[in-house]
Amino acid sequence: MNSMMKPIHFKPLNGVRIVVWSAFALILVLLPAIFNSSFAMTLLCFTGIAVIACLSYNMLLGQTGMLSFGHAVYTGLGSFVAVHAMNQIVAGWYLPMWLVPLVGGFAGLFFGVLFGYVTTRKSGTPFAMITLGIGELVFAAALMFPWFFGGEAGINSNRTAGKEMWVNFGLSFGPQIQVYYLIAVYVFFCTVAMYAFTLTPLGRIANAVRDNPERAEFVGYDTRLVRFLVLMASSFFAGIAGGLSSLNIEAANAELLHAIRSGSYLLFVFLGGAIFFFGPILGAVLLVFSLFMLSEFTKAWQLYIGILFLIMVIYAPGGFSSLIMLNLRRVKYGEWRKMRWPYTWMFLFGLIALWGFASIVEMAYQIQVAAGSGSKLTVMTIPLDAASTTSWVIAVIVLIAGGVAFEYWRRKFAKVWSDGEERIADAIKKAEAAIV
Amino acid sequence: MSMLNGLSYGLLLFMLSAGLTLIFSMMGVLNFAHASFYMIGAYFAYQLSSWSNYWVGFLIAPILVALLGGLFERYMLRKTHKFGHVAELLLTFGLSFVILELVQLVWGRTSVDYAIPTAMQAPLFKLYDSTFQTYRGFMMLVALLMLVSLYLLLKKTRIGLVIQAALTHPDTTEALGHNVPRVFAYVFAGGCGLAALAGVIGGNAFITEPGMAQSVGAIIFVVVVVGGMGSLGGALIASILIGLMQTFAVGLDWSILGGAKSLGVEITSATPGYSLWSLKLSQIAPILPYLLLVLMLIVRPKGIMGTRDE
Amino acid sequence: MRVSIKPLAVGVASALMFAGAASAQNVKIGFIEGLSGPFGGVGQNQLKHFQYAAERFSGKQANSGVTVEIVPLDSKGSPQEALALLKKATDDGIRFVSQGNGSNVAGVLIDAINKHNERNPGKEVVFLNYAAIDPDFTNAKCSPWHFRFDAGVDMKIEGLTNYMKDRKDIKNVYVIGQNYSFGQQVSKFTEAMLKAKRPDVKIVGNELHPLGQVKDFAPYVAKIMAANADAVVTGNWGPDLVLLIRAASAAGYKGSFYTFYAGVIGTPTAIGAGGADRVHQVSYWHPNSAQSEIESVYTGFKAKFNEEFYTVAAVNAVRFLVAGVEKSKSTDAVKVAKAMAGMKMKGASGEDIEMRASDGALQQAMYISQWTKAGGKDVKFDQENTGFGFKTVRYLQPEQSTMATTCKMPKR
Repeated sequence: MNSMMKPIHFKPLNGVRIVVWSAFALILVLLPAIFNSSFAMTLLCFTGIAVIACLSYNMLLGQTGMLSFGHAVYTGLGSFVAVHAMNQIVAGWYLPMWLVPLVGGFAGLFFGVLFGYVTTRKSGTPFAMITLGIGELVFAAALMFPWFFGGEAGINSNRTAGKEMWVNFGLSFGPQIQVYYLIAVYVFFCTVAMYAFTLTPLGRIANAVRDNPERAEFVGYDTRLVRFLVLMASSFFAGIAGGLSSLNIEAANAELLHAIRSGSYLLFVFLGGAIFFFGPILGAVLLVFSLFMLSEFTKAWQLYIGILFLIMVIYAPGGFSSLIMLNLRRVKYGEWRKMRWPYTWMFLFGLIALWGFASIVEMAYQIQVAAGSGSKLTVMTIPLDAASTTSWVIAVIVLIAGGVAFEYWRRKFAKVWSDGEERIADAIKKAEAAIV
Repeated sequence: MSMLNGLSYGLLLFMLSAGLTLIFSMMGVLNFAHASFYMIGAYFAYQLSSWSNYWVGFLIAPILVALLGGLFERYMLRKTHKFGHVAELLLTFGLSFVILELVQLVWGRTSVDYAIPTAMQAPLFKLYDSTFQTYRGFMMLVALLMLVSLYLLLKKTRIGLVIQAALTHPDTTEALGHNVPRVFAYVFAGGCGLAALAGVIGGNAFITEPGMAQSVGAIIFVVVVVGGMGSLGGALIASILIGLMQTFAVGLDWSILGGAKSLGVEITSATPGYSLWSLKLSQIAPILPYLLLVLMLIVRPKGIMGTRDE
Repeated sequence: MRVSIKPLAVGVASALMFAGAASAQNVKIGFIEGLSGPFGGVGQNQLKHFQYAAERFSGKQANSGVTVEIVPLDSKGSPQEALALLKKATDDGIRFVSQGNGSNVAGVLIDAINKHNERNPGKEVVFLNYAAIDPDFTNAKCSPWHFRFDAGVDMKIEGLTNYMKDRKDIKNVYVIGQNYSFGQQVSKFTEAMLKAKRPDVKIVGNELHPLGQVKDFAPYVAKIMAANADAVVTGNWGPDLVLLIRAASAAGYKGSFYTFYAGVIGTPTAIGAGGADRVHQVSYWHPNSAQSEIESVYTGFKAKFNEEFYTVAAVNAVRFLVAGVEKSKSTDAVKVAKAMAGMKMKGASGEDIEMRASDGALQQAMYISQWTKAGGKDVKFDQENTGFGFKTVRYLQPEQSTMATTCKMPKR
């Protein structure tokens, strides 16, 4: 973990935090004005919930170096408890509906204490395996106890219950827009809280435990306790995400607890980037985008995401956010110009190679999955026929040619990049020397 | 009979977890895609046996998969080595995704007809009313042979010594003129080959379908943790323990409800948590391994044969 | 009685044309199903059923003024995503949605559609459920917007137990299933109905195991054999069903299996010869059903996709929708729903099927069929080129599998 999560010292917006947070709030307020169809509104709600879930996951992965395969346990159980709370409101409890996500949060916290006590006994790889086991256990249990989990059908509820309470200020939460703004408020405050967490002593020690557990132990910190506390905080926020999800879809079911969901948190947080605080936000957007938009374009979306993930692990372990930040740093140190052409050519040939690759994959899918609906298809507007050899030959040639040209420019690019890196390192050293 | 069923299942689990343990103890890498190599093994064997016969698949499929594993180590895993073990784990996690998709792309999303050779479908012997299939006996035989040869390879041969040396003192071994990265690639390939062998003999005994990797993936992790991270002996004990436990638990209709009744306490459907108390042991048999995992972590966090706590 | 269903549909259509409903109308069905992910294979296969049914039973080929278009929406099997896609469908003006794989998704959809229709009058949506068979959907949770074209669990077991009633050689029955709502319902209904119809039959075991967690069924088979069961009733599907049957043949178990999902894509291949003459299926149709009037649909589908056709519910959903539009002379969901409720037709086996108005459950015939070597008059078609197919052992008229409903249907 050490070198992978090595922080990159660059804070272009230091000191203007208020501006950043205000802009964040403003975006949250204005988004529905741009995306106003009810489907887009639903996606926004999903994204908001995913943002909280991914950020809470990154408290483990990015900040404490705990790789968890069972995060859906906390979001999912939070969801279930929240949906039961909603049904109690339907039955007459005096609880405003907008507090339900907090109920989910405390449920997440409760289960975080319960399971975290066991899982945090280990760190690193064993921790990862144990979270996987706990995840399987909880998922299997969900189907065994229908009185709580509602079996396969899950549990339904109604978010408009209790709307006559004066504490709801006339909000019924029937229209999706009201739910969106409730989610937006939670997203804003949870994000602020989780950011603040990184600045607390506990957040700092968590970083130390991530980077060098032996040393942290040696200077007197109980690393297990640190992991436990971070897991508790993380599961609290995960539970809030779960509670919001119950409110949003007015239902909870066992699928929320499944390992696939845990896996997708890991996948997309990593793709977004675990080093920077805002990385998981990118990851959450990417998650909703892939799930709802990419799968409309292509049936092979999981394959593309998987391959993208492999490439990122090998070449950009900091995810997309680190790519953005590294390039911004180039701009700041005036190195960007030298990279314009390598970037352009890499992009161009990369796109060509991608077309060749995508054509092969799509044609294979056409034959395997969509047989019978004809062999014709288009890949990036270019028509192909999976039944004709010509199409296959063209695709292979394009892939190879594009790939070779891409590799040529990638090597050039790598050279330019590492030269630039040296110059920036020098510049930073000089600047530090000047301060001293 | 239950004993034999449990043993044969346990030994299959051991074949699976042996490769995983081996790779973990040698390289510190937890191969998340291990069960995926098990799956490819089964699919390769299916493909080869449909072209020629079962034995060709039995011999060649593990070798092919080992080759794939070696290539993966050489061209991908090695590049992430510098980022640490978590990055390596993530890489194999991504690989498991890609393998699943590719398998579905090539062989479709439903199960394939990978059958047990007719000669071994016949019963080996009969006990009371139920029969013990020859193939089950064959599975046990293969697993035991593998166990013995693995032991001999590691303890008695020169290669084994180099592998052990590379594990504890990579720098010294390197200095003595051995190519440590290459040794790692061999170990990784060997581990994948073992997983594939388990796939070859397990794929037709059970079922060859795209979900098969996920269904055993979590269990073999449990085996490795319970047995003690990186301990082959521990993995053997844990596999057999889990195999027997699951088999025997199915036969037992015990529940807390029944236990309470024999103690004179009556639990009815009105008692809080009724569905928990009325769960029979046989109902929860398949999730017992996970309960064992939790219990083990509370009682003995280092596992059965583990030497270190962390 | 060998009438093809096409003239049948044409007959209905032309009869209505005389009534003056001949204007061309297009209806879209939003097909919300897991088309990728773990159960993507089944979803893709069902999508083909719907597309083929729309091609054959609406528009030009059916000589109807109503053309049905299928809009695939990939939910990946997740209830959450199904809900989002429902929003997407309503955004795009789709008023009819269909789903079937998984009562979890269906339950969420029914609930969401109820709320949607209440909150958005004028934009109502109707749900054509083709395979989610939780009896709750037509009883406690019944909805005026939900129409189910498959038979409920209770109906299937009513049919099965009516058959078992006459099989005097069945003495000990073992029930085994996956521990979730469907498996639990199978176990509950089988036990209750058998007790009522054959008090002499002993239920020697009633087992539930976790869904998709069991790798080795040998110990379960050992238990079944120890209990001396001569018939096993199981709600298992997919790998759980295949593994159970394989373990049984490996252990030399001689009793028979009564299943519900032996014909689902991929399962016949995996069962193969091991299940011959022992595996039975309870279904509302199978390719070798004696009065199979949609044989041309079956063969046409197989010729086109090289996959098995088995979801007659897809055909019926399209037929009822087309007839509903024709009858109401409108594509408005409320009017079509009113027209569909209580509608009667000829079914795939020539029986009288009815979309019961009181609960939205299609009343149809039921078959008990046996997995046997193909060939001869009884088993004309084999499944997935295995050389084995289903043979009718009992045909049950709709009234032999009908169930009373407790539904208090809300106003539409």
